[in-house]
Amino acid sequence: MENSTEASKYSLSSRVGRIFKWFITANKKYGAEWWILIAGALIILFVTYMALFPQTLAPYSPLDQNTGPQLMPPGPGHPMGTDNLSRDILSRMIYGSRTILGVAFAAALLSSIIGIPLGLISGFIGGIIDRILSLIMDSVYSFPGLILAIAFAAMLGPGVVNITLAVAVVYVPTYFRLVRGQTLSIKEELYVEAARAIGARRSVILGKYIFPNVIATVVVVFSLNIADAIMTEAALSYIGLGLPAGIPDWGMDLSMGKKFLPSGTWWMITFPGLMIMILALGFTMLGEGLSEILNPRLLER
Amino acid sequence: MKETILELKNVHIHYPISIGTVRAVEDVSFSLYKGEALGLVGESGCGKSTLGLSFLKLIRPPGRVEKGEILYKGRDLLKMSEGEVRRLRGQDIAMVFQNPLTSLDPLFKIRDQFLETIKYHRGDIPRDEAIKMIEDILEKLGIERKRMNEYPHQLSGGMRQRIMIGLGLIMDPDILIADEPTTSLDVIVEAGFIDLLNRLRKKFNLTIVLITHNLGLVAEIADRVVVMYGGRVMEIASSEDIFGNPLHPYTKGLINCIPNIELEQEKLVTMPGNPPDLVNPPRGCRFEPRCPVAMEICREKTPDLIDYEGRKIACWLYRG
Amino acid sequence: MKNLLRYIITRIFLTIPMLFFLLTLVFIILRIMPGDPVSAMLGAHAPESVIEQKKEELGLNKPIGAQYIDYLNQLIHFDLGDSMIFKQKVIVPIKEKLPATVELTVFGMLFTLVFGVFLGAYAASKRRTGRDFSIRLYANVVYCIPVYWMGLMLQLVFGVWLGWLPISGRVSPRILVSTFENTGFYTIDTLLSGDLHAFIDVMIHLILPSVTLGIVLSGIFVRLTRANMLDVLRSEYILAARARGIPERRVVYKHALKNAFIPILTMMGLQFALLLAGAILTEMTFSWPGMGRLLMERIYLRDYPTIQGVIVVFALFVSLVSLLVDIIYAIIDPRVKY
Repeated sequence: MENSTEASKYSLSSRVGRIFKWFITANKKYGAEWWILIAGALIILFVTYMALFPQTLAPYSPLDQNTGPQLMPPGPGHPMGTDNLSRDILSRMIYGSRTILGVAFAAALLSSIIGIPLGLISGFIGGIIDRILSLIMDSVYSFPGLILAIAFAAMLGPGVVNITLAVAVVYVPTYFRLVRGQTLSIKEELYVEAARAIGARRSVILGKYIFPNVIATVVVVFSLNIADAIMTEAALSYIGLGLPAGIPDWGMDLSMGKKFLPSGTWWMITFPGLMIMILALGFTMLGEGLSEILNPRLLER
Repeated sequence: MKETILELKNVHIHYPISIGTVRAVEDVSFSLYKGEALGLVGESGCGKSTLGLSFLKLIRPPGRVEKGEILYKGRDLLKMSEGEVRRLRGQDIAMVFQNPLTSLDPLFKIRDQFLETIKYHRGDIPRDEAIKMIEDILEKLGIERKRMNEYPHQLSGGMRQRIMIGLGLIMDPDILIADEPTTSLDVIVEAGFIDLLNRLRKKFNLTIVLITHNLGLVAEIADRVVVMYGGRVMEIASSEDIFGNPLHPYTKGLINCIPNIELEQEKLVTMPGNPPDLVNPPRGCRFEPRCPVAMEICREKTPDLIDYEGRKIACWLYRG
Repeated sequence: MKNLLRYIITRIFLTIPMLFFLLTLVFIILRIMPGDPVSAMLGAHAPESVIEQKKEELGLNKPIGAQYIDYLNQLIHFDLGDSMIFKQKVIVPIKEKLPATVELTVFGMLFTLVFGVFLGAYAASKRRTGRDFSIRLYANVVYCIPVYWMGLMLQLVFGVWLGWLPISGRVSPRILVSTFENTGFYTIDTLLSGDLHAFIDVMIHLILPSVTLGIVLSGIFVRLTRANMLDVLRSEYILAARARGIPERRVVYKHALKNAFIPILTMMGLQFALLLAGAILTEMTFSWPGMGRLLMERIYLRDYPTIQGVIVVFALFVSLVSLLVDIIYAIIDPRVKY
């Protein structure tokens, strides 16, 4: 490594090699946490593939009501069985990943886009603006997120955009509180004091010193937050507030399956629930793994 | 003939961590005699606190005693069952910790912390008798008896320190280990503490192990001193010898660092360099990289602890 | 004691601004949202005059500021208004359904507390062993299980397949509720009336919903307890207690757990929101006639005053619990100055 010339340092192959080497050594350095992170990332990658290219995996259209007999248990031709409308459950699972992943991701993105700047401003400027924003955000935060989302979804009516908005509203305070807290503590750090002392502009301090330091924690929270948003989206559509019929969705399939539970059609509830759990678990594992690795002090645990 | 109460034989203590093994204590052997006060000194991170915890078999996992024996009255602590060692703790060997402010459980009244200590060693003592014992010991420590009904946060730092000692002495142990007992106390309280420890020593016929980096405290209390550096013993000698005529270059360095008012030093003397990395310790003498009189051999081989003019020393300077 | 009382009163006054914001939030969500509740309820083809008349009846034709003042004024007088659909006060169905939700929440919480806190403390005391790892795995997996799915699966196994436990409602239809109904808390009512048979029936109906809620929430409590316990177990007073020869079990479950419990209690206030959300979903799954079901029913019927009333009660509930948590905190931690 020491002999490598300036040019080879930047060549693609050595860079890939170095990443690969880091990958191997990271395993030793972080132990179990590393594998948790990898497992989480693999789950997410797989579901993302499902969501982006469902037609490459699904044997049927999710809406096709002519795939075979009704309420057929898992067996040849239908690995996850069929539902009451003779639709293939496997195909519905594959297409349904689009809805839940899309909504959860968009909602988390939206709430971070609103929450992060507000948190930065509130923490950095302080004063009366900070106090008012904090009080509002804390009130929203203390309120049960699902009830808030239910109220929003009920007012807005069904639809993909509306459900995204309803989920997003719930998580704005999460980002706000996190970023505000971080900003407050970083603001007191010596290097920020120093920058202020030499007359750096506020916008420069915010953009150059505070934001980059905040962003590492935001990444972890973002991942954990998507897991929460997945659960909220699924809950909303489970209770029938989310989506108009015709859009395949795991939560909605679950509530459909509930109606046939007394007759023992276990496959209609097992698979959608399992999918929701696995996807949420993927994001949780990624987030937990990241936080352990980005924050070595926690490693001791 | 002095009676040996605790004996360490080739004790090694290791902490496995993600990047290797911390060799916190390496090949330490010495004896503790009944009735003496032994000072265990060295800079922070030299393994003295770890060693102190090993006397009670209380090293935090994943750390463990890798090799060696710790003999209390001839029996190896490390071979005893967890239950046997537990009965020893507090009853035979007691320990007072660094910080009196954090060493008492904040949610338990002083009285209850005493009572449980008595109960788990001597379940046969009735409650009113136990209360009498507590009152006795508080009186000896100069604390009003009604204070025992208070919570730790209601007491001052000095008072809490005395309570800690009281908790250590309530079962009348043979050995009291005091780990940096005065670090968080102010000078006046510290003076009171020294006075108290010296008085208690006579009253209870105590054997004391004083673990500290504060050489002033050692001079006031200890009869004999063990100097540690980088997990190894550098020198063992009587208090007079250590302060009057230190031999090991590290001991000399330590003594030089004591600020001396009479000489009107302009500058605080410090020892250059940092304590060694205990994951990858130097091949030879641990102190070699900082030693002002290091020789070739010091880098190559670790010196053993040998008898030299009535003391023990681990340094190539004093070899033939 | 007198100090404690003063502390409680101060704390109550501090809850007021938070409650005020919550209530305002509820108002904003329900009024400023697009869509007109009255035309939504009456349908798009309702004549203009009917809509206007209904609006006037409900005070919805006033400017938004005046509506807000009306809303607060009503709340101050403990009035939640009238239903838009039924000829009844909003408070009537709430009074009827609230005990069911509270009963479910309390039993779920109890299960979580006992089970989750114990598992977390145990895992911390066996740190880095196989058992610790399994408990952590359990906690993480359980946290990601949708509560309603857990409920459905338990219904499937214990209700449909094994036939051991009922899967819906609070009592069996053959038992006449009117024979014991009093406070609305069926566990208490059946005991008060001395009807042991009915009491057992009520408890059997409670098992699946509260275990469902409890298991799903236990994940977060295991994690919280474990993390706090690890912090506490590292502290010097624990080492000092061990050095005094206190047995390990007492050190862990008396000294450490008591200290770790204080932060857990504070977190519990925040987790309560999660518990309520879980309760709503559990109610939907188990046809449990509580507040969650009421809310959903009225959402389908577009009975806005009742929807608003239910959410307001939830807000009160949340504030009350956070108040309670603070008071308990002050009582168990001698260091809190009041």
